[in-house]
Amino acid sequence: MISRRLLLKSGGALVVGFSLSGTLVQRAMAQQGPASDLGKTNDGNEIDSFLAVHADGTVTVYTGKVDLGTGLRMAVRQMAAEELGVPVDRVSLVEGDTALTPDQGSTGGSTGLTRGGVEVRHAAATARRALVAMGAARLGLPASDLTIENGIVRTASSATGIAIGALVDGKKFSLPVDAKVPLRDPKTYTIVGKPLPRPDVPAKCTGKHIWVQDYSVPGMLHGRVIRPPAIGAKLVSVDESSISAIPGARVVRVQNFLGVVAPNEWAAIRASRELKANWSDWSGLPGSEGLDQWVRKAPLEKSDITTSRGGDPADVMNASAKKLSATYFWPNQSHASLGPSCAVADVKDGGATVWSSSQGPHGLRQYVSNVFGMPMDKVRVVYLDGAGCYGGNGNEDVAADAVILSKAVGAPVRVQWMRHDEHGWDPKGPQQMLDLRAGIAANGDIEAWETEMWLPFARPGGRPLIGVDLAGIPQDHGQGAGLLNQNGDPAYPAANLRVTTHWIKDSPIRVSNLRAPGKIANTFAVESFIDEIAHAAGVDPVQYRLSRMTDPRAVAVLRRAAEMADWQPRPSPNPTASQGTLLVGRGVAYVRYKQAENYVALTADVAVDKNTGRITVRRITCAHDCGLVINPDALRNQIEGCIIQTASRAIYEEVKFDRSRVTSVDWISYPILRFSQAPRVEVTLLDHPELPLYGAGEAATAPVAAVIANAVFDAAGIRLRTAPFTPARVKAAMDGTGKA
Amino acid sequence: MAKFNLKVNGRSTTVDSWDPAQPLLYVLRNDLGLHGPKFGCGLAQCGACTVLLDGKAIRSCVTPVKSAAGHSITTVEGLGTPEKPDHVEAAFIAEQAAQCGYCTGGMIMAARAILDKDPRPTVEQVKAGLDGNLCRCGAHTRILAAVMRAAQSPQSKQGGKA
Repeated sequence: MISRRLLLKSGGALVVGFSLSGTLVQRAMAQQGPASDLGKTNDGNEIDSFLAVHADGTVTVYTGKVDLGTGLRMAVRQMAAEELGVPVDRVSLVEGDTALTPDQGSTGGSTGLTRGGVEVRHAAATARRALVAMGAARLGLPASDLTIENGIVRTASSATGIAIGALVDGKKFSLPVDAKVPLRDPKTYTIVGKPLPRPDVPAKCTGKHIWVQDYSVPGMLHGRVIRPPAIGAKLVSVDESSISAIPGARVVRVQNFLGVVAPNEWAAIRASRELKANWSDWSGLPGSEGLDQWVRKAPLEKSDITTSRGGDPADVMNASAKKLSATYFWPNQSHASLGPSCAVADVKDGGATVWSSSQGPHGLRQYVSNVFGMPMDKVRVVYLDGAGCYGGNGNEDVAADAVILSKAVGAPVRVQWMRHDEHGWDPKGPQQMLDLRAGIAANGDIEAWETEMWLPFARPGGRPLIGVDLAGIPQDHGQGAGLLNQNGDPAYPAANLRVTTHWIKDSPIRVSNLRAPGKIANTFAVESFIDEIAHAAGVDPVQYRLSRMTDPRAVAVLRRAAEMADWQPRPSPNPTASQGTLLVGRGVAYVRYKQAENYVALTADVAVDKNTGRITVRRITCAHDCGLVINPDALRNQIEGCIIQTASRAIYEEVKFDRSRVTSVDWISYPILRFSQAPRVEVTLLDHPELPLYGAGEAATAPVAAVIANAVFDAAGIRLRTAPFTPARVKAAMDGTGKA
Repeated sequence: MAKFNLKVNGRSTTVDSWDPAQPLLYVLRNDLGLHGPKFGCGLAQCGACTVLLDGKAIRSCVTPVKSAAGHSITTVEGLGTPEKPDHVEAAFIAEQAAQCGYCTGGMIMAARAILDKDPRPTVEQVKAGLDGNLCRCGAHTRILAAVMRAAQSPQSKQGGKA
């Protein structure tokens, strides 16, 4: 626990001199109560929203974006320090505290730097211009002769000048951020582009880092939730006496919401296990077996033409030399956070303070205010790190659970989900189905292309939270899982093209954004299908792509990834695939993420066991262009993680459910990739300091399933069109006995 | 309340537990303030709660406190500090072998147990040794590099003693 004395000593001061990893001290100050008005501007329009310069020359940067294990915590500092002209170790960062940071949107869709960092950069550049003007007045020199280096306003040739801390002297800037302010020339960068180590890593490696799971406040109780045994079941009765022997355990029941609290965490856990409750039956799910058939028949909200050019591809392909068609399917997947979601809530005085690792603290604050009927100025959400969430996992749900319990018992409550809660109840990445058809010329050119995809309808409104529904509290019942239908068309010329999205009215299970929403499955389908076309044309799959690309950045990544793999041109499958009991092969895949951002090319080397059907990915090469690189080592870490996590999703992961509930509720029934199966990953960054940056937390995920499937085709001559690529599925395809 | 004597990170301590079957994990975290071991599954499936018991890596989420009594327990806090990390922690820091870091404490303890038993393992041996520890962020390549780096350090041969 954070020292209470330290907190009290820090008093009401907004800012204390943190070490780089010391922002927790500030965050912990939220213990002082739910009052949100700490006298700081957070409107996002003024410099003071984003940064403060202190008398000692240190700088505090404030961002509504949060570091989800991604390196943003360092990268935003680098961007601010560079633009302002101060050493990076003088910059500290406050993230995701709704009382202290501007709302810069949720940290999703790889917008942490593209919005969060870029807005901070503009604030820093505006501050620099103001500081130079102040320095010019003090020094009696024209502003045009002055710059800021090492925190000192001075001329280019003079070693002396005036320190920025002395100029500001703890005062606010009270100036609007100028979005058109001149920025430093990237050629002069000395901090941006450096592989600086992330400040949180030493504490994370020594047991000193504080995750939300580790946070506590005085008088706090431990809570656990008891979810119904079937998703739509109603609570019929509860036998409170069943836990009377457990010290301090209390039952909280609000309609169908059932929870327990106790001063001792193990007591809360035992109470949650031993509490006897009767629930009604419910069986409204279609079941995950045969979900593809359900998708085809499910009622649609509407169908949209997402992209269209040229004539009707259906007509054109009838005259093509070759016509190909295929169906690809991707299952529901879980965020499967390693640490179950956790939050601490303290409801008092008509307001609430919530400590949460939500990607969107400001959005969560709005939700708590709306749904629990508390004025906005009485609600504060303070971000603390959690286990990696990769999108909307259970963080928001568990925060609502904590609010419900804290409100009911009149004390701060920490709720951590159990493993079965996380796997069973986190909102899932949606199932996706794609039908692809193409007409190709004799030389392999695409004359006509058609994609039809089936996705859950993006129903407006917020995602409903489970505990709130169970408690019968009114809330939005929107349905959304991100921009799911991007990257549904090929990255190569197709004169006559149509992409259609069929929006299924309801999803069988609750969905949310899961890393690179939609794009992994879409790229799996599109880039596998391109491989099918290259094979039909008898052309090497790298050559096929290269000869049809026109964007030099696309060509550059594909060439580089192929070079890294020492790719020798030949058509697939591999004529010399057999090595004992293994079949070996290689594959390639490419994406321009969201059709407008990062360029990523991958190759993979795989081995397929002839007897078991087990796939081993031995090596993946990646060439990655995200424009300007802020921190190359943190970026590599993200790319490596994107690749390995998606290899896991492609080969192992599928949410299983029966007619009543999710049945894949632990790491046995929902396996993920282990060390023995981890590929070697080699990454080359193609840096373009002169170009805008693209967020890179997701892009390298998109081609991973495709590159593995394409390599399996090269190795074994089988086309995997349904994920995950389980041994049974691979074996059935090799034996010609099942649908791949 | 039953009392249990534990030796944790070299210091003898007595803890009360209302339930002798309470897993060691909650005693370490909530009674002793040692947050290095994490709750991941409570099922001995993920390794986030890994600590050493008499030098052997165990899952504290399924180890009753009564069976830990009288034994010597080491958590990641017992290895080093951010300022003075042990060789395994130092290697993880040098390789930046963490993203969210939730698995890291357990991963380091599992790695320490591997290296204490075999100071110069092969990568394949390390992969096998860490196979029961899950990482969701996909930091596997860095974690493996970190353990191999730690194995190269002089301390590895001496069971972590500098």
